[in-house]
Amino acid sequence: MTMATERDLGRPVTVEPASFPETVWTEKVTIIDLIPRSVAMIGLLVIVLTLWWSVHHFQIVSRIILPSPQEVAADIIFVGKNLLSGGYMLAALWITTKEILFGFAIAIAIGFTLGVIVGETSFGERALLPYLVAIDTMPKVAFAPLFLAWLGFGIGSKVALAAFIATFPIVVGTAAGLHASDENARMMFKSLGATRWQTLFQMKIPTGLPHIFTGLKIGAVGVMAGAITAEFLGGGKGLGELIRVAASQLQTPRVFSLILYLSALGYLLFWLVVFAERRIVFWHRSTVAGIETRH
Amino acid sequence: MTQAVQTAIQASAERLGPPVYQLRNVTRSFAAGRIKALDPVDLDLREGSFSAVIGPSGCGKSTLLKIMAGVTPPTTGSVMLYGSPVVGPRTEIGMMYQQATLFPWLTTIENVLLPIKIREGAAAATAKREQAQALLDLVGLTGFENVYPKQLSGGMAQRTSICRMLITEPQVLLLDEPFSALDELVRDFMNIELQRICMSRNATALLITHSIPEAVLLSDTVYVMSPRPGHFVEAVDIDLPRPRTLDMMTSPEFGEYVRHIRNRLDLEAASA
Ligand SMILES: Nc1ncnc2c1ncn2[C@@H]1O[C@H](COP(=O)(O)OP(=O)(O)OP(=O)(O)O)[C@@H](O)[C@H]1O
Ligand SMILES: [Mg+2]
Repeated sequence: MTMATERDLGRPVTVEPASFPETVWTEKVTIIDLIPRSVAMIGLLVIVLTLWWSVHHFQIVSRIILPSPQEVAADIIFVGKNLLSGGYMLAALWITTKEILFGFAIAIAIGFTLGVIVGETSFGERALLPYLVAIDTMPKVAFAPLFLAWLGFGIGSKVALAAFIATFPIVVGTAAGLHASDENARMMFKSLGATRWQTLFQMKIPTGLPHIFTGLKIGAVGVMAGAITAEFLGGGKGLGELIRVAASQLQTPRVFSLILYLSALGYLLFWLVVFAERRIVFWHRSTVAGIETRH
Repeated sequence: MTQAVQTAIQASAERLGPPVYQLRNVTRSFAAGRIKALDPVDLDLREGSFSAVIGPSGCGKSTLLKIMAGVTPPTTGSVMLYGSPVVGPRTEIGMMYQQATLFPWLTTIENVLLPIKIREGAAAATAKREQAQALLDLVGLTGFENVYPKQLSGGMAQRTSICRMLITEPQVLLLDEPFSALDELVRDFMNIELQRICMSRNATALLITHSIPEAVLLSDTVYVMSPRPGHFVEAVDIDLPRPRTLDMMTSPEFGEYVRHIRNRLDLEAASA
Protein backbone atom coordinates (compact mmCIF):
# COMPACT_ATOMS: atom_id res chain seq x y z
CA MET A 1 0.00 0.00 0.00
CA THR A 2 1.41 3.37 -1.01
CA MET A 3 1.28 6.17 1.47
CA ALA A 4 1.29 9.93 1.00
CA THR A 5 4.76 11.20 0.41
CA GLU A 6 6.18 14.62 1.24
CA ARG A 7 3.74 17.26 2.49
CA ASP A 8 0.82 16.63 0.14
CA LEU A 9 -2.41 16.20 2.02
CA GLY A 10 -4.05 14.17 -0.69
CA ARG A 11 -2.92 10.87 -2.03
CA PRO A 12 -3.98 8.77 -4.99
CA VAL A 13 -6.89 6.48 -4.32
CA THR A 14 -5.50 2.96 -4.08
CA VAL A 15 -7.07 -0.27 -3.00
CA GLU A 16 -5.56 -3.64 -2.43
CA PRO A 17 -6.32 -6.21 -5.10
CA ALA A 18 -8.73 -8.85 -3.93
CA SER A 19 -10.89 -11.51 -5.42
CA PHE A 20 -14.50 -11.21 -4.38
CA PRO A 21 -17.54 -12.95 -5.86
CA GLU A 22 -19.51 -10.95 -8.41
CA THR A 23 -22.22 -8.97 -6.69
CA VAL A 24 -24.29 -8.17 -9.73
CA TRP A 25 -27.86 -8.82 -8.73
CA THR A 26 -31.19 -8.18 -10.26
CA GLU A 27 -34.23 -6.61 -8.74
CA LYS A 28 -37.16 -8.94 -8.26
CA VAL A 29 -39.94 -8.45 -10.79
CA THR A 30 -43.06 -10.53 -10.90
CA ILE A 31 -44.02 -12.02 -14.23
CA ILE A 32 -47.32 -10.11 -14.40
CA ASP A 33 -45.42 -6.80 -14.49
CA LEU A 34 -43.27 -7.98 -17.38
CA ILE A 35 -46.14 -8.53 -19.82
CA PRO A 36 -46.06 -5.86 -22.54
CA ARG A 37 -49.11 -3.65 -22.74
CA SER A 38 -50.36 -4.94 -26.11
CA VAL A 39 -50.12 -8.57 -25.03
CA ALA A 40 -51.82 -7.79 -21.72
CA MET A 41 -54.68 -5.98 -23.40
CA ILE A 42 -55.27 -8.61 -26.04
CA GLY A 43 -54.94 -11.38 -23.47
CA LEU A 44 -57.56 -9.81 -21.25
CA LEU A 45 -59.87 -9.31 -24.21
CA VAL A 46 -59.55 -12.95 -25.18
CA ILE A 47 -60.32 -14.06 -21.64
CA VAL A 48 -63.42 -11.87 -21.46
CA LEU A 49 -64.64 -12.94 -24.88
CA THR A 50 -64.14 -16.60 -24.03
CA LEU A 51 -66.08 -16.21 -20.81
CA TRP A 52 -68.81 -14.37 -22.66
CA TRP A 53 -68.93 -17.02 -25.33
CA SER A 54 -69.20 -19.85 -22.79
CA VAL A 55 -71.97 -18.12 -20.87
CA HIS A 56 -73.84 -17.83 -24.13
CA HIS A 57 -72.95 -21.29 -25.40
CA PHE A 58 -73.95 -23.18 -22.27
CA GLN A 59 -77.02 -20.99 -21.92
CA ILE A 60 -76.18 -19.90 -18.41
CA VAL A 61 -78.37 -16.89 -19.05
CA SER A 62 -81.13 -16.59 -21.64
CA ARG A 63 -79.89 -16.03 -25.19
CA ILE A 64 -82.31 -13.15 -25.57
CA ILE A 65 -80.63 -11.28 -22.76
CA LEU A 66 -77.08 -12.10 -23.79
CA PRO A 67 -76.28 -12.51 -27.47
CA SER A 68 -73.18 -14.35 -28.59
CA PRO A 69 -69.95 -12.47 -29.36
CA GLN A 70 -70.34 -13.50 -33.01
CA GLU A 71 -73.80 -11.96 -33.24
CA VAL A 72 -72.53 -8.74 -31.73
CA ALA A 73 -69.54 -8.70 -34.08
CA ALA A 74 -71.83 -9.16 -37.04
CA ASP A 75 -73.99 -6.30 -35.84
CA ILE A 76 -70.97 -4.08 -35.29
CA ILE A 77 -70.11 -4.63 -38.95
CA PHE A 78 -73.70 -3.97 -39.98
CA VAL A 79 -73.83 -0.69 -38.04
CA GLY A 80 -70.40 0.26 -39.35
CA LYS A 81 -71.57 -0.24 -42.94
CA ASN A 82 -74.65 1.82 -42.27
CA LEU A 83 -72.52 4.60 -40.84
CA LEU A 84 -70.07 4.55 -43.73
CA SER A 85 -72.82 4.52 -46.34
CA GLY A 86 -74.34 7.59 -44.75
CA GLY A 87 -77.41 5.78 -43.53
CA TYR A 88 -79.87 6.81 -40.82
CA MET A 89 -77.39 5.76 -38.14
CA LEU A 90 -74.88 8.31 -39.34
CA ALA A 91 -77.52 11.00 -38.93
CA ALA A 92 -78.13 9.76 -35.39
CA LEU A 93 -74.41 9.71 -34.63
CA TRP A 94 -74.08 13.24 -35.97
CA ILE A 95 -76.92 14.48 -33.75
CA THR A 96 -75.37 12.93 -30.65
CA THR A 97 -71.97 14.32 -31.62
CA LYS A 98 -73.43 17.80 -31.95
CA GLU A 99 -75.12 17.49 -28.56
CA ILE A 100 -71.85 16.46 -26.99
CA LEU A 101 -69.77 19.17 -28.63
CA PHE A 102 -72.23 21.98 -27.92
CA GLY A 103 -72.76 20.69 -24.40
CA PHE A 104 -69.03 20.52 -23.77
CA ALA A 105 -68.39 23.97 -25.24
CA ILE A 106 -71.10 25.50 -23.05
CA ALA A 107 -69.79 23.61 -20.00
CA ILE A 108 -66.28 24.89 -20.64
CA ALA A 109 -67.43 28.48 -21.03
CA ILE A 110 -69.68 28.50 -17.97
CA GLY A 111 -67.48 26.21 -15.89
CA PHE A 112 -64.33 28.21 -16.51
CA THR A 113 -66.05 31.52 -15.81
CA LEU A 114 -67.64 30.30 -12.60
CA GLY A 115 -64.38 28.64 -11.61
CA VAL A 116 -62.49 31.90 -12.01
CA ILE A 117 -65.13 33.77 -10.00
CA VAL A 118 -65.04 31.18 -7.23
CA GLY A 119 -61.26 30.77 -7.25
CA GLU A 120 -60.30 34.40 -7.63
CA THR A 121 -62.87 36.51 -5.77
CA SER A 122 -63.87 36.18 -2.16
CA PHE A 123 -67.44 36.99 -3.24
CA GLY A 124 -67.44 33.86 -5.36
CA GLU A 125 -65.91 31.78 -2.64
CA ARG A 126 -68.26 33.02 0.07
CA ALA A 127 -71.51 33.49 -1.82
CA LEU A 128 -71.37 31.31 -4.91
CA LEU A 129 -69.43 28.26 -3.77
CA PRO A 130 -71.95 27.04 -1.15
CA TYR A 131 -74.72 27.00 -3.75
CA LEU A 132 -72.55 25.29 -6.32
CA VAL A 133 -71.58 22.61 -3.84
CA ALA A 134 -75.24 22.14 -2.93
CA ILE A 135 -76.26 21.68 -6.56
CA ASP A 136 -73.25 19.48 -7.24
CA THR A 137 -74.30 17.01 -4.56
CA MET A 138 -77.71 16.54 -6.23
CA PRO A 139 -78.15 13.66 -8.68
CA LYS A 140 -78.00 15.86 -11.76
CA VAL A 141 -79.81 13.51 -14.13
CA ALA A 142 -82.88 14.16 -12.00
CA PHE A 143 -83.01 17.55 -13.70
CA ALA A 144 -83.58 15.92 -17.10
CA PRO A 145 -87.41 16.12 -17.00
CA LEU A 146 -87.11 19.80 -16.19
CA PHE A 147 -84.85 20.50 -19.17
CA LEU A 148 -87.23 18.52 -21.39
CA ALA A 149 -90.17 20.55 -20.15
CA TRP A 150 -88.31 23.80 -20.72
CA LEU A 151 -86.51 23.09 -23.95
CA GLY A 152 -88.67 20.47 -25.63
CA PHE A 153 -87.70 17.19 -27.24
CA GLY A 154 -85.18 18.61 -29.69
CA ILE A 155 -81.43 18.87 -29.37
CA GLY A 156 -81.64 21.77 -26.87
CA SER A 157 -82.68 19.72 -23.85
CA LYS A 158 -79.90 17.19 -24.51
CA VAL A 159 -77.27 19.91 -24.83
CA ALA A 160 -78.55 21.46 -21.62
CA LEU A 161 -78.31 18.30 -19.52
CA ALA A 162 -74.91 17.43 -21.01
CA ALA A 163 -73.59 20.91 -20.22
CA PHE A 164 -75.20 20.88 -16.78
CA ILE A 165 -73.43 17.68 -15.76
CA ALA A 166 -70.06 18.65 -17.23
CA THR A 167 -69.95 22.16 -15.77
CA PHE A 168 -69.30 21.26 -12.15
CA PRO A 169 -66.03 19.36 -12.49
CA ILE A 170 -64.73 22.21 -14.64
CA VAL A 171 -65.71 24.76 -11.98
CA VAL A 172 -63.99 22.71 -9.30
CA GLY A 173 -60.89 22.12 -11.44
CA THR A 174 -60.55 25.79 -12.32
CA ALA A 175 -61.10 27.01 -8.77
CA ALA A 176 -58.63 24.49 -7.39
CA GLY A 177 -56.14 25.42 -10.11
CA LEU A 178 -56.26 29.07 -9.17
CA HIS A 179 -55.32 28.12 -5.62
CA ALA A 180 -52.43 25.93 -6.75
CA SER A 181 -49.84 28.71 -7.08
CA ASP A 182 -47.36 28.82 -4.25
CA GLU A 183 -46.62 31.62 -1.83
CA ASN A 184 -43.33 32.51 -3.53
CA ALA A 185 -44.87 32.93 -6.96
CA ARG A 186 -47.64 35.11 -5.60
CA MET A 187 -45.19 37.22 -3.65
CA MET A 188 -43.05 37.61 -6.72
CA PHE A 189 -45.89 38.96 -8.78
CA LYS A 190 -46.92 41.19 -5.92
CA SER A 191 -43.46 42.64 -5.49
CA LEU A 192 -43.31 43.37 -9.21
CA GLY A 193 -46.48 45.40 -8.83
CA ALA A 194 -48.48 43.11 -11.12
CA THR A 195 -52.17 43.91 -11.53
CA ARG A 196 -54.82 41.40 -10.60
CA TRP A 197 -55.39 40.56 -14.26
CA GLN A 198 -51.69 40.09 -14.90
CA THR A 199 -51.40 37.81 -11.89
CA LEU A 200 -54.46 35.87 -13.01
CA PHE A 201 -53.53 35.40 -16.64
CA GLN A 202 -49.76 35.21 -16.43
CA MET A 203 -49.39 33.21 -13.26
CA LYS A 204 -52.49 31.71 -11.65
CA ILE A 205 -54.18 30.29 -14.74
CA PRO A 206 -51.01 28.78 -16.25
CA THR A 207 -50.15 27.29 -12.84
CA GLY A 208 -53.67 25.89 -12.57
CA LEU A 209 -53.84 24.39 -16.06
CA PRO A 210 -53.15 20.81 -14.93
CA HIS A 211 -56.07 21.06 -12.49
CA ILE A 212 -58.25 22.70 -15.12
CA PHE A 213 -57.55 19.85 -17.52
CA THR A 214 -58.37 17.29 -14.86
CA GLY A 215 -61.75 19.03 -14.58
CA LEU A 216 -62.11 18.97 -18.37
CA LYS A 217 -61.40 15.25 -18.51
CA ILE A 218 -64.04 14.51 -15.89
CA GLY A 219 -66.37 16.90 -17.73
CA ALA A 220 -65.79 15.10 -21.03
CA VAL A 221 -67.04 11.90 -19.46
CA GLY A 222 -70.02 13.67 -17.89
CA VAL A 223 -71.06 15.31 -21.11
CA MET A 224 -71.61 11.87 -22.71
CA ALA A 225 -73.66 10.64 -19.78
CA GLY A 226 -75.79 13.78 -19.88
CA ALA A 227 -76.51 13.65 -23.61
CA ILE A 228 -77.44 9.95 -23.62
CA THR A 229 -79.58 10.19 -20.48
CA ALA A 230 -81.51 13.07 -22.01
CA GLU A 231 -81.96 11.07 -25.21
CA PHE A 232 -83.27 8.09 -23.27
CA LEU A 233 -85.77 10.23 -21.45
CA GLY A 234 -86.65 12.70 -24.14
CA GLY A 235 -86.52 10.88 -27.42
CA GLY A 236 -85.07 12.81 -30.30
CA LYS A 237 -83.05 11.30 -33.11
CA GLY A 238 -79.69 10.55 -31.57
CA LEU A 239 -77.83 7.32 -30.86
CA GLY A 240 -79.45 7.09 -27.44
CA GLU A 241 -82.84 6.87 -29.08
CA LEU A 242 -81.61 4.09 -31.36
CA ILE A 243 -80.37 2.17 -28.34
CA ARG A 244 -83.67 2.64 -26.54
CA VAL A 245 -85.66 1.43 -29.53
CA ALA A 246 -83.37 -1.57 -30.10
CA ALA A 247 -83.65 -2.55 -26.43
CA SER A 248 -87.42 -2.27 -26.48
CA GLN A 249 -87.46 -4.65 -29.46
CA LEU A 250 -85.10 -7.05 -27.63
CA GLN A 251 -82.48 -6.54 -30.35
CA THR A 252 -79.70 -7.03 -27.84
CA PRO A 253 -76.84 -7.41 -30.37
CA ARG A 254 -77.79 -3.98 -31.72
CA VAL A 255 -77.79 -2.50 -28.24
CA PHE A 256 -74.31 -3.85 -27.63
CA SER A 257 -72.87 -2.62 -30.90
CA LEU A 258 -74.43 0.83 -30.57
CA ILE A 259 -73.00 1.15 -27.08
CA LEU A 260 -69.62 0.28 -28.55
CA TYR A 261 -69.86 3.07 -31.13
CA LEU A 262 -71.07 5.43 -28.45
CA SER A 263 -68.12 4.65 -26.24
CA ALA A 264 -65.83 5.18 -29.22
CA LEU A 265 -67.30 8.68 -29.46
CA GLY A 266 -66.71 9.29 -25.77
CA TYR A 267 -63.21 7.91 -26.03
CA LEU A 268 -62.49 10.28 -28.90
CA LEU A 269 -63.67 13.29 -26.93
CA PHE A 270 -61.63 12.24 -23.90
CA TRP A 271 -58.48 11.81 -25.96
CA LEU A 272 -59.08 15.11 -27.68
CA VAL A 273 -58.85 16.71 -24.24
CA VAL A 274 -55.76 14.69 -23.34
CA PHE A 275 -54.17 15.66 -26.64
CA ALA A 276 -54.93 19.34 -26.04
CA GLU A 277 -53.49 19.03 -22.56
CA ARG A 278 -50.25 17.54 -23.83
CA ARG A 279 -49.88 20.38 -26.29
CA ILE A 280 -50.85 23.24 -23.99
CA VAL A 281 -49.49 22.05 -20.63
CA PHE A 282 -46.29 20.75 -22.16
CA TRP A 283 -44.30 21.30 -18.96
CA HIS A 284 -46.53 19.02 -16.93
CA ARG A 285 -46.70 15.28 -17.30
CA SER A 286 -50.30 14.61 -18.16
CA THR A 287 -52.02 11.75 -16.45
CA VAL A 288 -55.04 9.73 -17.42
CA ALA A 289 -57.37 9.18 -14.47
CA GLY A 290 -54.59 10.17 -12.09
CA ILE A 291 -52.38 7.21 -13.01
CA GLU A 292 -49.06 8.01 -14.62
CA THR A 293 -48.45 5.78 -17.57
CA ARG A 294 -45.08 4.15 -17.54
CA HIS A 295 -43.00 4.44 -20.67
CA MET B 1 -27.77 47.02 22.59
CA THR B 2 -29.23 50.16 21.02
CA GLN B 3 -25.91 51.71 21.88
CA ALA B 4 -24.18 49.22 19.65
CA VAL B 5 -26.63 49.85 16.83
CA GLN B 6 -26.25 53.59 17.17
CA THR B 7 -22.48 53.47 16.95
CA ALA B 8 -22.71 51.14 14.03
CA ILE B 9 -25.01 53.52 12.20
CA GLN B 10 -22.60 56.37 12.82
CA ALA B 11 -19.62 54.31 11.78
CA SER B 12 -21.14 53.33 8.48
CA ALA B 13 -22.41 56.87 7.96
CA GLU B 14 -18.86 58.08 7.88
CA ARG B 15 -17.77 55.58 5.30
CA LEU B 16 -20.72 55.46 2.98
CA GLY B 17 -23.23 57.53 1.08
CA PRO B 18 -26.63 58.95 1.97
CA PRO B 19 -29.30 56.75 3.52
CA VAL B 20 -31.35 54.66 1.14
CA TYR B 21 -33.54 52.73 3.55
CA GLN B 22 -34.66 54.11 6.86
CA LEU B 23 -36.73 51.96 9.19
CA ARG B 24 -38.04 53.27 12.46
CA ASN B 25 -39.88 51.30 15.09
CA VAL B 26 -41.08 48.67 12.61
CA THR B 27 -43.06 45.86 14.21
CA ARG B 28 -45.27 43.14 12.87
CA SER B 29 -47.63 40.78 14.60
CA PHE B 30 -49.81 38.02 13.25
CA ALA B 31 -53.05 36.39 14.32
CA ALA B 32 -54.61 39.59 15.67
CA GLY B 33 -51.59 40.43 17.76
CA ARG B 34 -51.20 37.03 19.36
CA ILE B 35 -47.98 36.22 17.47
CA LYS B 36 -45.33 38.89 17.58
CA ALA B 37 -42.98 38.28 14.68
CA LEU B 38 -40.97 41.50 14.87
CA ASP B 39 -40.12 43.64 17.87
CA PRO B 40 -39.34 47.25 17.09
CA VAL B 41 -36.64 47.29 14.42
CA ASP B 42 -34.64 50.37 13.47
CA LEU B 43 -32.35 50.22 10.50
CA ASP B 44 -30.48 52.55 8.19
CA LEU B 45 -28.99 51.28 4.95
CA ARG B 46 -26.55 53.63 3.26
CA GLU B 47 -26.08 53.88 -0.45
CA GLY B 48 -23.71 51.28 -1.81
CA SER B 49 -23.57 49.35 1.42
CA PHE B 50 -23.94 45.61 1.75
CA SER B 51 -25.61 44.41 4.92
CA ALA B 52 -26.56 41.00 6.16
CA VAL B 53 -29.16 39.90 8.68
CA ILE B 54 -28.51 36.72 10.56
CA GLY B 55 -30.71 35.11 13.16
CA PRO B 56 -32.42 31.93 14.24
CA SER B 57 -35.15 30.37 12.15
CA GLY B 58 -38.56 31.94 12.62
CA CYS B 59 -37.23 35.16 14.14
CA GLY B 60 -38.91 37.34 11.54
CA LYS B 61 -36.21 37.90 8.92
CA SER B 62 -38.40 37.13 5.93
CA THR B 63 -41.18 39.18 7.47
CA LEU B 64 -38.82 42.14 7.77
CA LEU B 65 -37.76 41.79 4.15
CA LYS B 66 -41.35 41.58 2.93
CA ILE B 67 -42.18 44.74 4.84
CA MET B 68 -39.17 46.50 3.34
CA ALA B 69 -40.20 45.35 -0.14
CA GLY B 70 -43.70 46.72 0.34
CA VAL B 71 -45.26 43.30 -0.06
CA THR B 72 -46.82 43.25 3.42
CA PRO B 73 -47.54 46.23 5.65
CA PRO B 74 -45.95 46.62 9.10
CA THR B 75 -48.17 46.62 12.17
CA THR B 76 -46.48 49.77 13.45
CA GLY B 77 -43.57 51.92 12.39
CA SER B 78 -42.33 53.57 9.25
CA VAL B 79 -40.30 52.43 6.27
CA MET B 80 -38.75 55.07 4.03
CA LEU B 81 -36.95 54.40 0.77
CA TYR B 82 -35.10 57.26 -0.88
CA GLY B 83 -37.00 59.63 1.36
CA SER B 84 -40.48 58.49 0.44
CA PRO B 85 -42.67 56.07 2.39
CA VAL B 86 -42.93 52.48 1.26
CA VAL B 87 -46.63 51.70 1.00
CA GLY B 88 -46.48 49.13 -1.78
CA PRO B 89 -44.10 47.52 -4.26
CA ARG B 90 -41.44 49.88 -5.63
CA THR B 91 -39.59 49.69 -8.91
CA GLU B 92 -36.26 50.54 -7.27
CA ILE B 93 -36.32 47.21 -5.49
CA GLY B 94 -35.09 43.88 -6.80
CA MET B 95 -35.97 40.83 -4.75
CA MET B 96 -34.63 37.34 -4.66
CA TYR B 97 -36.05 34.42 -2.77
CA GLN B 98 -34.83 31.19 -1.31
CA GLN B 99 -36.46 29.26 -4.15
CA ALA B 100 -35.71 30.24 -7.72
CA THR B 101 -39.46 30.31 -8.52
CA LEU B 102 -39.09 30.08 -12.27
CA PHE B 103 -42.26 29.54 -14.22
CA PRO B 104 -42.23 26.25 -16.13
CA TRP B 105 -44.17 27.57 -19.14
CA LEU B 106 -41.58 30.27 -19.82
CA THR B 107 -38.13 29.69 -21.25
CA THR B 108 -35.07 30.84 -19.33
CA ILE B 109 -34.89 34.16 -21.12
CA GLU B 110 -38.65 34.70 -20.87
CA ASN B 111 -38.38 34.12 -17.13
CA VAL B 112 -35.62 36.71 -16.95
CA LEU B 113 -37.74 39.20 -18.90
CA LEU B 114 -40.88 38.62 -16.83
CA PRO B 115 -40.46 41.72 -14.60
CA ILE B 116 -40.17 43.92 -17.69
CA LYS B 117 -43.19 42.26 -19.26
CA ILE B 118 -45.26 42.90 -16.15
CA ARG B 119 -44.13 46.45 -15.57
CA GLU B 120 -43.72 47.76 -19.10
CA GLY B 121 -45.49 45.30 -21.38
CA ALA B 122 -44.55 42.65 -23.91
CA ALA B 123 -43.00 45.09 -26.40
CA ALA B 124 -40.59 46.45 -23.80
CA ALA B 125 -39.66 42.90 -22.86
CA THR B 126 -38.82 42.08 -26.47
CA ALA B 127 -36.72 45.21 -26.69
CA LYS B 128 -34.71 44.13 -23.64
CA ARG B 129 -33.93 40.69 -24.97
CA GLU B 130 -30.35 41.56 -25.72
CA GLN B 131 -29.76 42.81 -22.19
CA ALA B 132 -31.31 39.65 -20.81
CA GLN B 133 -28.99 37.61 -23.01
CA ALA B 134 -26.01 39.59 -21.75
CA LEU B 135 -27.01 38.88 -18.16
CA LEU B 136 -27.37 35.18 -18.90
CA ASP B 137 -23.95 35.20 -20.51
CA LEU B 138 -22.59 36.91 -17.42
CA VAL B 139 -23.72 34.10 -15.13
CA GLY B 140 -22.59 31.41 -17.53
CA LEU B 141 -25.93 30.39 -18.98
CA THR B 142 -25.06 31.00 -22.61
CA GLY B 143 -26.91 28.50 -24.75
CA PHE B 144 -29.61 27.86 -22.18
CA GLU B 145 -31.76 30.90 -23.00
CA ASN B 146 -34.38 28.94 -24.89
CA VAL B 147 -34.75 25.89 -22.69
CA TYR B 148 -37.47 25.44 -20.12
CA PRO B 149 -36.70 25.47 -16.39
CA LYS B 150 -37.23 21.71 -16.14
CA GLN B 151 -33.94 21.31 -17.96
CA LEU B 152 -31.98 23.52 -15.55
CA SER B 153 -30.16 22.34 -12.45
CA GLY B 154 -30.87 24.01 -9.12
CA GLY B 155 -27.83 26.24 -9.44
CA MET B 156 -28.68 27.22 -13.00
CA ALA B 157 -32.23 28.06 -11.96
CA GLN B 158 -30.93 30.22 -9.14
CA ARG B 159 -28.58 32.00 -11.56
CA THR B 160 -31.54 32.63 -13.84
CA SER B 161 -33.40 34.18 -10.96
CA ILE B 162 -30.44 36.50 -10.30
CA CYS B 163 -30.72 37.67 -13.89
CA ARG B 164 -34.42 38.20 -13.41
CA MET B 165 -33.69 40.40 -10.43
CA LEU B 166 -31.00 42.35 -12.25
CA ILE B 167 -32.87 42.98 -15.50
CA THR B 168 -34.82 45.85 -13.95
CA GLU B 169 -31.52 47.43 -12.84
CA PRO B 170 -32.65 47.80 -9.24
CA GLN B 171 -30.76 50.18 -6.98
CA VAL B 172 -31.74 48.14 -3.95
CA LEU B 173 -31.37 44.40 -3.65
CA LEU B 174 -33.34 42.47 -1.05
CA LEU B 175 -32.09 38.91 -0.86
CA ASP B 176 -33.82 36.24 1.21
CA GLU B 177 -31.40 33.33 1.53
CA PRO B 178 -30.90 33.34 -2.21
CA PHE B 179 -28.22 30.68 -2.38
CA SER B 180 -29.13 28.38 0.48
CA ALA B 181 -30.27 25.66 -1.91
CA LEU B 182 -26.92 25.60 -3.68
CA ASP B 183 -23.86 23.53 -2.95
CA GLU B 184 -20.87 25.14 -1.30
CA LEU B 185 -18.75 25.65 -4.43
CA VAL B 186 -21.50 27.19 -6.54
CA ARG B 187 -22.55 29.27 -3.59
CA ASP B 188 -19.08 30.76 -3.14
CA PHE B 189 -18.94 31.56 -6.82
CA MET B 190 -22.34 33.21 -6.73
CA ASN B 191 -21.44 35.25 -3.68
CA ILE B 192 -18.34 36.68 -5.32
CA GLU B 193 -20.41 37.37 -8.42
CA LEU B 194 -23.02 39.12 -6.30
CA GLN B 195 -20.38 41.32 -4.72
CA ARG B 196 -19.01 42.24 -8.13
CA ILE B 197 -22.44 43.20 -9.42
CA CYS B 198 -23.25 45.27 -6.35
CA MET B 199 -19.92 47.09 -6.46
CA SER B 200 -20.10 47.82 -10.17
CA ARG B 201 -23.59 49.30 -9.84
CA ASN B 202 -23.12 50.87 -6.43
CA ALA B 203 -26.25 49.00 -5.43
CA THR B 204 -27.45 48.80 -1.85
CA ALA B 205 -28.03 45.27 -0.68
CA LEU B 206 -29.58 43.52 2.27
CA LEU B 207 -28.94 39.80 2.51
CA ILE B 208 -30.68 37.36 4.80
CA THR B 209 -28.64 34.29 5.47
CA HIS B 210 -28.10 31.45 7.89
CA SER B 211 -24.43 31.20 7.06
CA ILE B 212 -22.18 33.28 9.28
CA PRO B 213 -19.16 33.05 6.94
CA GLU B 214 -21.31 34.15 4.03
CA ALA B 215 -22.55 37.15 5.99
CA VAL B 216 -19.03 38.15 7.01
CA LEU B 217 -17.61 37.61 3.54
CA LEU B 218 -20.07 39.90 1.81
CA SER B 219 -21.12 42.52 4.33
CA ASP B 220 -20.08 45.89 5.57
CA THR B 221 -22.39 45.36 8.51
CA VAL B 222 -23.87 42.16 9.91
CA TYR B 223 -27.02 42.57 11.97
CA VAL B 224 -27.61 39.86 14.53
CA MET B 225 -31.22 39.14 15.37
CA SER B 226 -32.75 37.67 18.50
CA PRO B 227 -35.20 34.76 18.47
CA ARG B 228 -38.84 35.65 17.87
CA PRO B 229 -40.02 38.32 18.34
CA GLY B 230 -36.98 39.39 16.38
CA HIS B 231 -35.05 42.57 16.88
CA PHE B 232 -31.45 43.55 16.22
CA VAL B 233 -29.24 42.78 19.17
CA GLU B 234 -25.97 43.77 17.59
CA ALA B 235 -24.53 45.35 14.49
CA VAL B 236 -21.09 44.05 13.63
CA ASP B 237 -19.06 46.16 11.23
CA ILE B 238 -16.82 44.05 9.08
CA ASP B 239 -13.57 45.90 8.46
CA LEU B 240 -12.14 43.88 5.63
CA PRO B 241 -10.94 45.44 2.38
CA ARG B 242 -12.97 45.26 -0.81
CA PRO B 243 -13.23 43.46 -3.06
CA ARG B 244 -13.51 40.50 -0.74
CA THR B 245 -12.01 37.24 -1.90
CA LEU B 246 -12.57 33.66 -0.86
CA ASP B 247 -8.98 33.57 0.41
CA MET B 248 -9.91 36.10 3.07
CA MET B 249 -12.08 33.46 4.67
CA THR B 250 -8.98 31.80 6.03
CA SER B 251 -7.59 34.94 7.63
CA PRO B 252 -7.52 35.27 11.43
CA GLU B 253 -9.68 38.43 11.42
CA PHE B 254 -12.30 36.65 9.41
CA GLY B 255 -12.34 33.82 11.91
CA GLU B 256 -12.58 36.35 14.71
CA TYR B 257 -15.69 37.94 13.18
CA VAL B 258 -17.29 34.57 12.63
CA ARG B 259 -16.57 33.50 16.19
CA HIS B 260 -17.90 36.74 17.60
CA ILE B 261 -21.18 36.48 15.70
CA ARG B 262 -21.57 32.82 16.56
CA ASN B 263 -21.10 33.56 20.25
CA ARG B 264 -23.64 36.33 20.03
CA LEU B 265 -26.18 34.02 18.41
CA ASP B 266 -25.51 31.29 20.98
CA LEU B 267 -25.97 33.78 23.78
CA GLU B 268 -29.33 34.86 22.38
CA ALA B 269 -30.45 31.29 21.87
CA ALA B 270 -29.49 30.44 25.46
CA SER B 271 -31.32 33.42 26.95
CA ALA B 272 -34.48 32.78 24.94
N1 LIG C 1 -48.68 34.88 7.38
C1 LIG C 1 -48.36 34.57 8.63
N2 LIG C 1 -49.31 34.27 9.54
C2 LIG C 1 -48.99 33.96 10.80
N3 LIG C 1 -47.74 33.89 11.26
C3 LIG C 1 -46.74 34.17 10.42
C4 LIG C 1 -46.99 34.50 9.05
N4 LIG C 1 -45.81 34.72 8.44
C5 LIG C 1 -44.88 34.51 9.39
N5 LIG C 1 -45.43 34.20 10.57
C6 LIG C 1 -44.71 33.93 11.82
O1 LIG C 1 -43.78 34.94 12.01
C7 LIG C 1 -42.55 34.41 12.46
C8 LIG C 1 -41.43 34.90 11.60
O2 LIG C 1 -41.54 34.34 10.31
P1 LIG C 1 -40.44 34.59 9.21
O3 LIG C 1 -40.85 33.86 7.98
O4 LIG C 1 -40.20 36.03 9.08
O5 LIG C 1 -39.17 33.88 9.86
P2 LIG C 1 -37.68 33.80 9.31
O6 LIG C 1 -36.82 34.52 10.27
O7 LIG C 1 -37.62 34.22 7.91
O8 LIG C 1 -37.40 32.25 9.44
P3 LIG C 1 -36.49 31.31 8.50
O9 LIG C 1 -35.09 31.60 8.84
O10 LIG C 1 -36.88 29.94 8.93
O11 LIG C 1 -36.86 31.62 7.09
C9 LIG C 1 -42.69 32.91 12.46
O12 LIG C 1 -42.78 32.48 13.78
C10 LIG C 1 -43.96 32.63 11.74
O13 LIG C 1 -44.65 31.62 12.41
MG1 LIG D 1 -37.29 33.18 6.02
